[in-house]
Amino acid sequence: MKDFYKNRHTVIQVIIAVFAVIFVIRLAYLQLIDKKYVLMARNNAIKEMEVYPTRGMVYDRNGKLIVYNEAIYDIMIVPRLTANVDSARLCELLDITLADYSDRKYKAKKYSPYKSSFFMKQVSMATYSRFQEFLYLFPGFYGQVRTIRKYPYKCGALVMGDIGEVDDRQILASNGYYKAGDYVGKGGIEKTYEKELGGKQGKKFIFVDVHNREQGSFADGQFDTLAQAGDNLFTSLDIEMQQYGEDLMQNKKGSVVAIDPKTGEILCLISSPGYDPNLLCGSIRGENFAKLLVDSLKPLFNRATMATYPPGSTFKPFVGLISLNEEVQGVEYTVPCNGFYYFGGLTLRCSHHHPWATNIQYALAQSCNPYFWQTFRNSIENKNYSRIQDSYGKWVEYCNSFGFGTKLGIDIPSEVRGNIPSVNYFNRMYGERGWKSATIISLGIGQGEVLVTPLQLCNAFASIANKGWYITPHLVKKIVDTDTQKDIKKKDEKHYTKISPEWYEPVIEGLYQVVQAGTASSSRVDGIAMCGKTGTVQNPHGDNHSLFAGFAPKDNPKIVIAVCVENAGFGGRFAGPIASLIIEKYLNDTISTRRLDLEKRMKETNLLNKYFAASKPKTAEPTDE
Amino acid sequence: MNSFKKEEQITGRIDWMTVFIYLGLVFFGWLTIYSAVYQDEEQNIFSTAVNSGKQFQWMVVSFIIGFILLIVDSKFFSTFAYVFYVLMIIVLVGVIFLGVEVKGQRNWIRFGGFQMQPSEMAKFATCLAVAKYISTLNVDIRKWKFKWRVFALAFFPMLIVLIQGDTGSAIVFVALILALFREGLESYFLVIGTAVAVLSVLALLIPKFIFSGILLLIAFAISYYNWRNKTAVKWIMGVWLISSLYIFSVDFAFSKLKSHQKDRINVLIGKGGNDWNIRQSMIAIGSGGFIGKGYLNGTQTKLKFVPEQSTDFIFSSIGEEFGFVGSIILVLAFVGLFYRLLFMAERQRSRFSRVYGYCVVSILFFHFLINIGMAIGVAPVIGIPLPFISYGGSSLLSFTILLFLFIRMDSQRLESFR
Repeated sequence: MKDFYKNRHTVIQVIIAVFAVIFVIRLAYLQLIDKKYVLMARNNAIKEMEVYPTRGMVYDRNGKLIVYNEAIYDIMIVPRLTANVDSARLCELLDITLADYSDRKYKAKKYSPYKSSFFMKQVSMATYSRFQEFLYLFPGFYGQVRTIRKYPYKCGALVMGDIGEVDDRQILASNGYYKAGDYVGKGGIEKTYEKELGGKQGKKFIFVDVHNREQGSFADGQFDTLAQAGDNLFTSLDIEMQQYGEDLMQNKKGSVVAIDPKTGEILCLISSPGYDPNLLCGSIRGENFAKLLVDSLKPLFNRATMATYPPGSTFKPFVGLISLNEEVQGVEYTVPCNGFYYFGGLTLRCSHHHPWATNIQYALAQSCNPYFWQTFRNSIENKNYSRIQDSYGKWVEYCNSFGFGTKLGIDIPSEVRGNIPSVNYFNRMYGERGWKSATIISLGIGQGEVLVTPLQLCNAFASIANKGWYITPHLVKKIVDTDTQKDIKKKDEKHYTKISPEWYEPVIEGLYQVVQAGTASSSRVDGIAMCGKTGTVQNPHGDNHSLFAGFAPKDNPKIVIAVCVENAGFGGRFAGPIASLIIEKYLNDTISTRRLDLEKRMKETNLLNKYFAASKPKTAEPTDE
Repeated sequence: MNSFKKEEQITGRIDWMTVFIYLGLVFFGWLTIYSAVYQDEEQNIFSTAVNSGKQFQWMVVSFIIGFILLIVDSKFFSTFAYVFYVLMIIVLVGVIFLGVEVKGQRNWIRFGGFQMQPSEMAKFATCLAVAKYISTLNVDIRKWKFKWRVFALAFFPMLIVLIQGDTGSAIVFVALILALFREGLESYFLVIGTAVAVLSVLALLIPKFIFSGILLLIAFAISYYNWRNKTAVKWIMGVWLISSLYIFSVDFAFSKLKSHQKDRINVLIGKGGNDWNIRQSMIAIGSGGFIGKGYLNGTQTKLKFVPEQSTDFIFSSIGEEFGFVGSIILVLAFVGLFYRLLFMAERQRSRFSRVYGYCVVSILFFHFLINIGMAIGVAPVIGIPLPFISYGGSSLLSFTILLFLFIRMDSQRLESFR
């Protein structure tokens, strides 16, 4: 048979050649020209993972470890891979219900069926190790280690702060450093020192397969960076004092602040009622936080730095110091007091009877109201100033120089200014010509518009103890850099008051008399020269607040303390004794046998029913002892 | 010829070049399969726990069968071509009722520990039968009387495979058109076939009224230059009418397709759909660059971003690890094989072996075209293996038989007389 179609051999050869050429061109395009595939391959298979640093640890002033890390696990899920999961077993191991299981899985699936996301956060080591044994039954699940904070001393919660998930604003501000789900300090020193404690995240490049499972490191880890552990903090806290103070304050609302006056180091910062800081760690945080938030005693409110009270009689030393410094009266200035004070048509009543105050020491010791009304009036009606605006303006400046009415700049986030009413305030209130010393006379005994925080009060007493200066109170004395092991803390600022040092001597003597023979004599500790001032503060929330501020020893003071017990009445009744116990314990290490009863009584007194009973607002005259 | 001399001639006339290309491809495929499943250095290429070990077993089986085929007289195959065909049809139909379903395709039979895909074996039986029929005296494929019979012979197995659910393997039979073309099938079969493919794809891409309109304009333009020739104008308009009708029917046909079939077509014409496989394959190949990432160093294939990386998408492993250079060498190796087989087919004295040779080239070429084309994103995703390279015992064995039958015929070409 004749072959008519031999030339079709060539046609077929050409067809094959044409397709081969198309393939070559296409391959050249894919492999040589278009570079995007190299990049896409990288994005596919190489995953950048954050390596979380361990947070720095926190020590107290005596080197005791007060905050450390404990490993916990997040259970992660890749929903797409969970087809053959023994869900009943999983629920049993993790102690969740089946409904909860499907709910969590649904949420994860909604986020992404392929990517891993949180299934259950912060599972304890014990639960996780049980779960891990059966991990092979749960394809698509794996554990990811995290750390949470642990507090061996169950105190100082508001000072330490807590750790929580970073919020959107912080994520935005961090330039991509933080991502949703990262943990940061949410309060206290954890927040202030987040940068130091938080360390530096590292990066790890790993191969992942199509199911996002780790398949070993990329390029033998040569592009990986290590996480840098957070710096360790050495706080100025005396954790035992903190604990002791919280014990004394239990079942009472109030606060205690103690400072080492020479350094401005805060020895304890107590807000009562407190709570165990471990309550806000790990998976129980959310639930407990909600409980604490609605607690009527407001345990999340840091009373030491945020609660403002009229200082009452504890303000008197400052009123005295200002007048002495302005030289409107001398140390031996006398005001007769027979229980009443007549002034500008007003009749004010002294709260108690006592012999005439013949000098400032005695006036302080007896906390004579007429004496300080008069003293305050003297500085406001100072002939050196033509207008009350000038004399009162000067008086405000003096107050501010003690730190009243200003933020002190303590190194925890929650701090308020308190209030020293300004000249403008009174101008607006009464008109420029509408006010005189009589209008604002109650400021002279620390009542009226003046408001201070316990921290401010303590700090101002530190200025007295130092005879004219204070160092910004702070909680962290040393930050040890992980790399260099050096202290990288900035030096704290020293502030001088506007009172010349010579005027402190008589006032300190007066404060010494307060404890020796005056209103706080019940707080006297044998062998300790304690100086202080009681305050009994009128307030609209019920019984008077019991206040005490003081320092010890008289010469070369080592501790300044301010105590406020809300609605506990007379300042010498609760605040003074509590302060004296803390001072005694700090200076002597023990409480003398004679005072053990007092200690017991302080610890056991329960004032909570006072707070729960709806208290009628009282609007009485300022009274003081 | 005495029997001693005959023995000598057999070995002497074997086309060793083809055998070497075959062996080169099979071993290269084996190494690539190992790479595709490679996880760590502990792994043994011979371990039957992984694909490379299983493939090695099949390689040994294939080599033995290939060797046996070189000894058997090729007249045996031409004589019993129809018997093989009938047996094959029986087995194919049997599989529909007795077979095992794997991935939605009822095309596996199992005996002992082995699994076989009879549809793979159908290829050489069909080739033999078609060759046998065309080489029959007086058969002239240009006549419709004979044309129908050839088509029936070639496309009946295709129909059964289609019923089994293995669309990929079924489509392969269309490739035989190329062999028939060589034997005198009118060229419009090739032209119409290509045109239908192009029109179908374009019809899904371009809105049909616009597309039809464009075609009408082209038809008018051509008619304008041929306005004197009334017959030509009628023809042109006729073609336009049929094309337009076809365009409108494509949408309807498309809506009747199964979803994975729609996906394949959508991927090809770049209309979204589930293009994960194809995109991953292109990423793997593209990231190989000029010289590739090196053997066993591919990330995309190894980390299972590319699905079926040792079977249908094995070319992406090659493209990733051996780069442009390796891919081109592989393409050239295949083209070299095809050209060699074409050359061998042309030197046959018997029409039977020539037609069979062309059938072999057609089928191998179609696999090559679709498999690599799919991996580099120029052909629709149809799951058929790359001959000699892809993992799979049935396909390796069937391609080996297909090829070695022809090598055997070629070695005996001088003995046959027309």
